[in-house]
Amino acid sequence: MKVLVAVKRVIDFNVKPRVKMDGSGVDLANVKMSMNPFDEIAVEEAIRLKEKGVATEIVAVSIGPAKAQETLRTALAMGADRAILVQTDEEVEPLAVSKILAKIAGEEQPQMIILGKQAIDDDNNATGQMLAALLGWPQGTFASKVEVSDSATVTREVDGGLETVKLQLPAVVTTDLRLNEPRYASLPNIMKAKSKPFATKSPADYGVDTTRRIETLKVVEPAKRQAGIKVGSVDELVERLHGLGIAK
Amino acid sequence: MSVLVLVEHDGGAIKDATLATVAAAAQLGEVHALVAGNDIDGVAQAAARIAGVAKVHAASSSALEHQLAEAVAPVAAKLMKSHDAFLAPATTTGKNIAPRVAALLDVMQVSDILSVEGPDTFTRPIYAGNAIATVKSSDVKKVITVRTTAFEKAAAEGGSASVEQVDAEDSSGKSEFVSMDASESERPELTSAKVIVSGGRAFGSSEQFHALLDPLADKLGAAVGASRAAVDAGYAPNDYQVGQTGKIVAPQVYIAIGISGAIQHLAGMKDSKVIVAINKDEEAPIFQVADIGLVGDLFKIVPELTQKL
Repeated sequence: MKVLVAVKRVIDFNVKPRVKMDGSGVDLANVKMSMNPFDEIAVEEAIRLKEKGVATEIVAVSIGPAKAQETLRTALAMGADRAILVQTDEEVEPLAVSKILAKIAGEEQPQMIILGKQAIDDDNNATGQMLAALLGWPQGTFASKVEVSDSATVTREVDGGLETVKLQLPAVVTTDLRLNEPRYASLPNIMKAKSKPFATKSPADYGVDTTRRIETLKVVEPAKRQAGIKVGSVDELVERLHGLGIAK
Repeated sequence: MSVLVLVEHDGGAIKDATLATVAAAAQLGEVHALVAGNDIDGVAQAAARIAGVAKVHAASSSALEHQLAEAVAPVAAKLMKSHDAFLAPATTTGKNIAPRVAALLDVMQVSDILSVEGPDTFTRPIYAGNAIATVKSSDVKKVITVRTTAFEKAAAEGGSASVEQVDAEDSSGKSEFVSMDASESERPELTSAKVIVSGGRAFGSSEQFHALLDPLADKLGAAVGASRAAVDAGYAPNDYQVGQTGKIVAPQVYIAIGISGAIQHLAGMKDSKVIVAINKDEEAPIFQVADIGLVGDLFKIVPELTQKL
């Protein structure tokens, strides 16, 4: 079966984001960018499905600026077979992203689409669910385990523990942190990735209107916490905790 | 404006997250509640008693038993014909269902709001809470998830709403519930606990994590949390994780032990009223947000603290 994975180029998770002085957003100039960590897990899961003989082809898709090409090259170097970049310099919201992905799913006819559960920049946690709704497919969100036979059994990390659901294929899966540990691309694979098929498209090619529905009026830094005091002993800490009224 | 709130429940009791969501909804307009499930008369009655709820829509069918998104979203989308906004708590249940409703309505969801600034204007955290955006939605109908720690809870009693049954369609059969492996705990729930003791990778093993933290939590009547590193290492189950992509907590007192304070972890707990940090590295970033810090070896400090409290 064919598996589609969606990846997004975002600020590297080790970088502390800085809000621009004019309040227009977060400063991304000269900041290290990487593949969204949850999307790396999605790519890894697709590769593992292929290694198990379940998946036959992995198509990686990204919607973003020309530089998202690097993100897709990373996916190819990890083990995806080919890539589609839907290139746009506009910031595309999850609703429009899911519409484009739905169109690509119509063309590619995958049996499974794997996405990160959320991007660490806009923190929306919405694209996978929206895509499943648009396609009328079942969804296995926040997955910590995926088993595929003629259906997909997905274990989900939920607030009260772990929930397992069984999904008819085709299905959408979104990844949580403990689904797997993504591999690093080896140097030979990075070289090989350069010759893998790579298509560049535009949102208009899919007839999707990417006009934003949500306008950002301003972006500010959150209220800063002041560092407090350091105590020198457990006795002092106990006294402080008693002062807070939390310990008997 | 009429606002439909998704009631989160376990078939018997309403989750606290619902009450904060009702409070957020009340700032937008008249609050209606959607209770979806199977055999949920009791839950619907309880929802009718929440202060500020004007009407309860009860959708009951076997397909809704486990509140799978595939079954709940169409029911909510249908009710949205007569409502202007749909609000769900930003819990794993709400986050699973709300975007599916949004897509069915062709609406871009406003996720994880911290405040209501106007009928179409909200604030929400982005970049793991390192920035707060004020956003304005141009969609005619709104779909919103609510960061429940940012709103005072509505009173669970005091309302007297009417309950109306709504048709619940059969499941498409495309997804089915298999099992729930619930974490059993006598302790308070993380997201509603007044005190949380939270441990990091410094504990070194699952045995030591529990041997040291559980007695302290028992003494304080606290919930136990964990950093991502501790959960990844298998010291604690997934639902203990506090952080950007885990649980967002804001207790009276948060005691972080052996947690260095990565931005992803801080994103989940920095709205706690008082933060206490215990760490052997005095340069650890956790001390930059802590109100009370103690530098030292947790293996010595924690038992002594438990004994002296």
